[in-house]
Amino acid sequence: MHSGIFLIISAAVGAAVYALAAWFANDYIFFAGYTVLQFIVLATAWNILGGYTGYVNFGSAAFFAIGAYSSVFFHKFYPLPIPVLIIISGAVAGIVGLGTGYLTLRLRGAFFAIATLALAVVLQTLVVNWDYVGGSRGAYIIRPREVAIIGNYIQYLFLIMLALCVIALTSARAIERSRLGYGFATIRDDELAAEASGVPTLKLKLIATTLSGAFMGMAGAPFPYYIGYLEPASAFGLQYAVNSIAMPMIGGTTSWVGPLIGAILLGTLQQVATVTISSAVNLLIVGVLLVAFVIIAPKGIVGLFKDHFGKKS
Amino acid sequence: MAQKLLEVDGVGKRFGGFVALENIDLAVTQGERVGLIGPNGSGKSTLVNCLCGTLTNETGNVRFDGLNMNGLTAHQRTRLGMARSFQLPRPFASLSIADNIRVPLLYTVNARAGTHLSSHQIDERCQEFLRLVSLDGKAQKFPRDLSQVEMRKLELARAMAAEPKLLIADEAMAGLSHVEVDDIVALLIRLNERGITVILIEHIMRAVMNFSQRLIVLVSGRKIADGSPDDVIRDPEVERAYLGQ
Amino acid sequence: MSFDLLINALIAGLLLGGFYAAVTVGVSISFGILDIVNIAHPGFIILGSYIAYIVNDQLGVDPILTSILVLPAFYALGAVVYQVYYASFEKRGQDSLRGLSFFFGLLFITEVLLILVFGVDYRYVKAPYIDQSLNFGFVNLPFRMLIPCLMSLLMLATLQAFLTKTFTGRAIMAVAQDQLALQLMAADPVRIKRIAFAISIATCAMAGAFLIIIQPVEPSVGREYIGRVFAICVLGGLGSLPGTLIGAMLLGIVESFTSTFYGPSWAPAVSFGLLLLTLAFRPAGILGR
Repeated sequence: MHSGIFLIISAAVGAAVYALAAWFANDYIFFAGYTVLQFIVLATAWNILGGYTGYVNFGSAAFFAIGAYSSVFFHKFYPLPIPVLIIISGAVAGIVGLGTGYLTLRLRGAFFAIATLALAVVLQTLVVNWDYVGGSRGAYIIRPREVAIIGNYIQYLFLIMLALCVIALTSARAIERSRLGYGFATIRDDELAAEASGVPTLKLKLIATTLSGAFMGMAGAPFPYYIGYLEPASAFGLQYAVNSIAMPMIGGTTSWVGPLIGAILLGTLQQVATVTISSAVNLLIVGVLLVAFVIIAPKGIVGLFKDHFGKKS
Repeated sequence: MAQKLLEVDGVGKRFGGFVALENIDLAVTQGERVGLIGPNGSGKSTLVNCLCGTLTNETGNVRFDGLNMNGLTAHQRTRLGMARSFQLPRPFASLSIADNIRVPLLYTVNARAGTHLSSHQIDERCQEFLRLVSLDGKAQKFPRDLSQVEMRKLELARAMAAEPKLLIADEAMAGLSHVEVDDIVALLIRLNERGITVILIEHIMRAVMNFSQRLIVLVSGRKIADGSPDDVIRDPEVERAYLGQ
Repeated sequence: MSFDLLINALIAGLLLGGFYAAVTVGVSISFGILDIVNIAHPGFIILGSYIAYIVNDQLGVDPILTSILVLPAFYALGAVVYQVYYASFEKRGQDSLRGLSFFFGLLFITEVLLILVFGVDYRYVKAPYIDQSLNFGFVNLPFRMLIPCLMSLLMLATLQAFLTKTFTGRAIMAVAQDQLALQLMAADPVRIKRIAFAISIATCAMAGAFLIIIQPVEPSVGREYIGRVFAICVLGGLGSLPGTLIGAMLLGIVESFTSTFYGPSWAPAVSFGLLLLTLAFRPAGILGR
């Protein structure tokens, strides 16, 4: 299926999801749904680097927070429309991804992973010390009550995140099937042999880190408007780091379907658990599931499905 | 006068305190068939790694097709026309056999200036290379489905698919039967007749003697002989070090 | 800039560095020698801190004493973790992605469990020496830094002696370089690696006790130490215990100066910044091989 057709179909599915949610006319659905959609984008973004090339990013929170804080930064200047903020955030986060990659991708994958952890802490420290965006006290974003045409603001945010999902999924799928996707797969399978076959591994890895970081930043851009009050502890929160990894690893890392399934399943599970039990327990469940899947079912749900039905990947 | 395709000048490589290669000088002419032999651990694979850029030599330099290779990455050297097969096969496990061959076509052949293959042409060439090593029946299978011998053939086919000027085959024939060895030698000779320079690294003396126009011997990181096969195998130092006590 | 302040910052840095060496030595073994990226290491340290806290709070036992008593338990835990890691990843030859995710999961689970059991309040231990210090003129040596530092140096010296003078210790150093030769010498490489990893986790028990003596602890403190630990490892050259000590001292001094002259909220960024720079420009470390 050509990527253009996939885009149209997924946009149609997205429109249907939106219509269904609007029919229920309950704001809670949009609030909870927004979180799940956000995770779809984060998981897909993580997978472009982690699943396709095999380089693990532990600092997803950093890129997400870059997006969120870029929005806060510009909001103080002049409140730009969210789609513009998304593009700006994507650019900033992408550049940071490129920079981090450039510094560390010549080394082993393990050092890159550690560097991403380091990045998250350095950025958090910078933000905590930067008063213009609120520092450790946090920043308030007053969100408008209404938006033209769509009306309800939370529905507007939901729609934006839905659009971002469609774009992220279409892009991930397009990459998978392209020459770039082959290159990524060879890096994951055997980087030395990839180089010997003519694959410019450093350049491809940098492309992956940039794209991955950019999408994560884009997912973070609307966040301050969604939550109303942004402080470093929540922007750099634990749930972003672990979910960005757990969702693709549980769903399955070799294709775009894995992060989607992982995000929907785990995202919904967490919404339910947070409300019924507690948010700490829900994170514990995610952690345990991650370890369990990594040990028992390394190919994720997609892999289990394929093995069970005997299809070759 | 045939020009030197490969010039190796004083190349040395150490791993910590261990000297893997010491002051290697050699040259290969365009169109030659060179055999490289030596005991295990003599540095043959290390030399290949240094030539192809997988490892960086500490001393000396490598000139290929008149260009200095120092500082060039492995993929750049492959695109310039140097291809190698790995001694222990390193297939792309998550890709099909056909896709394994597709990678060098996409990233080496198609990356060269002036080449633009359509996906149909790439598919055709994939099939062609698979047929050369008799793996065309298994195009949609995966490396885990192949026998050891078939993996070695895939390894060789993948190197050939980079359409190189110089092909370095690193112990591609280990474990092959008599007939299969002859087939591979015949294949390499055919490639050579098409203009590809070949360096064959092997332990199977029959293959080396049938194939090589020139023989180089490496022992303990040093080159101890370099000349016509008949002369080299009679060299007493070579006999002592490698061929038999 | 007063001279007193400078000297005290330097001394605080050295004492801190000594402690950091204790925190890092386990990773020097697991990452430097065994090539296992155990990012859950700080999680085990915090676990050690909380155990020391609980025993101190309920029974009044000195934290360092507690840690020595629980050494066997941590050793056993390390052995179990290694077995799971080996069976799931090393044996199957899986890519490092899964191994990393495994340890990240462990780190995460440890932190969340501690939050569930103890909450996010800061915990601290009480011991007679914690509020006292030695004073030589203007030089101030707080016991709560001095004692962990000295104990840490003792621990390092013991480990270095073990690694260089006993058969098992030398086998551990050898397993990093040549597994086959080790097998030919009738030592089982897997068992040797398991012992090494178990030792690395055992060091967490003591490092945890040192930590909670030096500062109050809450579950997320572990994450600050990931960067410090790997920064020191890389700075000092992987697998070298003397290198670890030097790297730790360096980091301790840089952090101490940053804290004193720019404020403590910048301290976490120092280690990570240092790590990024080292990785970018001199990944073999100062004493690297």
